[in-house]
Amino acid sequence: MRRRSLLTVAGAAALSGCARDSGTTSLRFWAMGREAEVAAELIAGFEREHPNVRVKVEKLPWTAAHEKLLTAFAGDASPDLAQVGNTWLPEMQALGALEPLQPWIDRTPMLQAADYFTGIWATNAPGGQRVGLPWYVDTRLLFVRQDLLAKAGIAQIPQDWVTWRTALAKLREHGMATPLLLPTNEFEPLLALALQQPSEVLREGGRFGNFASDDFRRALGFYAERLQLGDAPGLTNNQVANVWQEFGRGTFAFYISGPWNIGEFKRRLPTELNNAWTTAELPGPTGLGASIAGGASLAMFKRSRHKPEAWALISYLSRPDVQQMFYRLTGDLPPRRSVWAMPLEGGGTLAEDRHAAAFFRQFERVRPTPAVPEWERIANEMQLAAARVVGGRDSIDVAVRALDARVDGILEKRRWMLDKS
Amino acid sequence: MRTSHRESLAAWAFAAPALIVIALFFGVPVFAGLALSLTDFDIYALADIGNLRWQGWNNYVHVLSLPLFWQALGNTAYFVVLGVPLSIALSLAAAVLLQSKLVRFKPLLRTALFAPVVTTLVAVAVIWRYLFHVKYGLVNYTLQHFGVDPIDWLGDPHWSMPTIIGFAAWKNFGGNMIIFIAALQAVPHDLYEAARLDGARSWAQFRHITVPNIAPTLLMVAILTTAGYFQLFAEPYVMTQGGPLQSTVSVLYLMYDEGFKWWNLGLASAVAFVLFVIIVAVSKGLIVLQRRLTGEGA
Repeated sequence: MRRRSLLTVAGAAALSGCARDSGTTSLRFWAMGREAEVAAELIAGFEREHPNVRVKVEKLPWTAAHEKLLTAFAGDASPDLAQVGNTWLPEMQALGALEPLQPWIDRTPMLQAADYFTGIWATNAPGGQRVGLPWYVDTRLLFVRQDLLAKAGIAQIPQDWVTWRTALAKLREHGMATPLLLPTNEFEPLLALALQQPSEVLREGGRFGNFASDDFRRALGFYAERLQLGDAPGLTNNQVANVWQEFGRGTFAFYISGPWNIGEFKRRLPTELNNAWTTAELPGPTGLGASIAGGASLAMFKRSRHKPEAWALISYLSRPDVQQMFYRLTGDLPPRRSVWAMPLEGGGTLAEDRHAAAFFRQFERVRPTPAVPEWERIANEMQLAAARVVGGRDSIDVAVRALDARVDGILEKRRWMLDKS
Repeated sequence: MRTSHRESLAAWAFAAPALIVIALFFGVPVFAGLALSLTDFDIYALADIGNLRWQGWNNYVHVLSLPLFWQALGNTAYFVVLGVPLSIALSLAAAVLLQSKLVRFKPLLRTALFAPVVTTLVAVAVIWRYLFHVKYGLVNYTLQHFGVDPIDWLGDPHWSMPTIIGFAAWKNFGGNMIIFIAALQAVPHDLYEAARLDGARSWAQFRHITVPNIAPTLLMVAILTTAGYFQLFAEPYVMTQGGPLQSTVSVLYLMYDEGFKWWNLGLASAVAFVLFVIIVAVSKGLIVLQRRLTGEGA
């Protein structure tokens, strides 16, 4: 009994601690990984502009962030605003955890939808309801060793699957055992190939899987062929102990990866290789192809009691000058075209940067992933099915049919929900 | 009549606090879990309880029809069948060694052998991951000196589970070792003296005196270890995240994935109850086996 009353006292004290209002508001901001470390620096500027708002950045590890966000909502402990992975937005939206942002955006003339990359902008409105504002963008494309290509007599970086196939074969003839690194523990490379196809990955508005379609079979076939022909080693990211060292040594000439590796390669490759490598858009079935619209957004929680302040912080972080500073600190690429056109310290603009330019062009050609809450799980299943094909356990036909059956099972509740309303 | 009634009332009154606590913190959650396992509670239901559907036994049928469940059960059985005997053999060997008159620095050794039990699993798992790294690990480095090609301990689906078994056995044998030491100290010395007079060698002494005398302890340790090992979770969670190719997904890991990664709490509860039934059945089986063995022995 006594213990319980003590608990109540402690609880009351904690509550009053939150509610106590001495003119300043305290915002809870959840961010992940490197972004969380950098957020503190950005926020100093925000606090100077808003002296009555204090921001507490709480850092989550990427691997646990998804669970934490869900549990926080279930436990009624969600923050005021958070960095949310693009692909998680549909889930958080289905929960009704997020504040619709359109009314807020309408009141902020600085934020123009047209300034954002179209594919990225689309990922932030699951079910037609805009709940996130892109913070930084991310996609997958090719990191290329041009010098090795030239040595093998390949004049141009491949732009479609046919020339890519030929280039890989040529490189192997020239003694490179596995010219392409295609991490098998990530679903992104295969998903990018699938998004290059005309049809959707899920059909009928995300009611059923569309994996047995000719389009997905083509993507999976191309992917599996790379690993089965030996163009790519069947290795995960973790198994390649030091990607940068191996890239520098010329163990492989193509690597499908994302923007974070620009900084890593610049830092870790020997200086004589500075002009030997570049980035290039992902080759598609016929001509340059699409890729994934990834990245993270800023979202505000419905239960927040400080929405105007939280919105002030979101729009501050979306301001072009702050976005550029954010890029300088992290290397995360900005979602707004105007930031890409701003002059950089060392001269030129980001869109003209030797290594970022291909990303700029790729972002104009990204496709959003299906906006269903079950997506994360479906992507996981897709990767497992691909691993079975690559490992020779299933034929493509068996794998895609089994995958469709699994995915239809996962989407059963969603169909019921859609039919009910 | 009246006094006995009053006595039993008093007894209930004294037991009441404990019973209430058990009912509140054990009974209620278990029944809530059982109820949950008969529904399809998921994120849609979390958003609006009106989206909850009664599933009856469907969840259980679904769990039993999942290929991944059977794979997880197979992985768990693999872990238990290999891990429990290995772990018990290790702890018994260590306990016998520590009882032996030949060994010096016993307190130091006892502490050293018990140390893995009290260290943090996550911290140790990180070190094991370094030791078993395919390129830079000490284990492969040592093996290379004997001309063995490097093995991808945690990345090869054939080796991932054996590595986890080794890790779990190493991490846990100390606890059982302490129990065995206590049991060994209770074995009367005159039995060994008599056996030695009859000319029994040390292996015969171990086989015919030590083992029968510590049989009840052995059974208890076997039951506790088996029940514990069926709940394999932290080791694969920290070391392999269930991979490669789902070769280290245990039943509990599947439950965690369903429940907290995909938020299908209904299905996850069903997995939990299936696991519960399996553990009860196996423990019962061990007890029956022991009864039959000792019954024949007598």
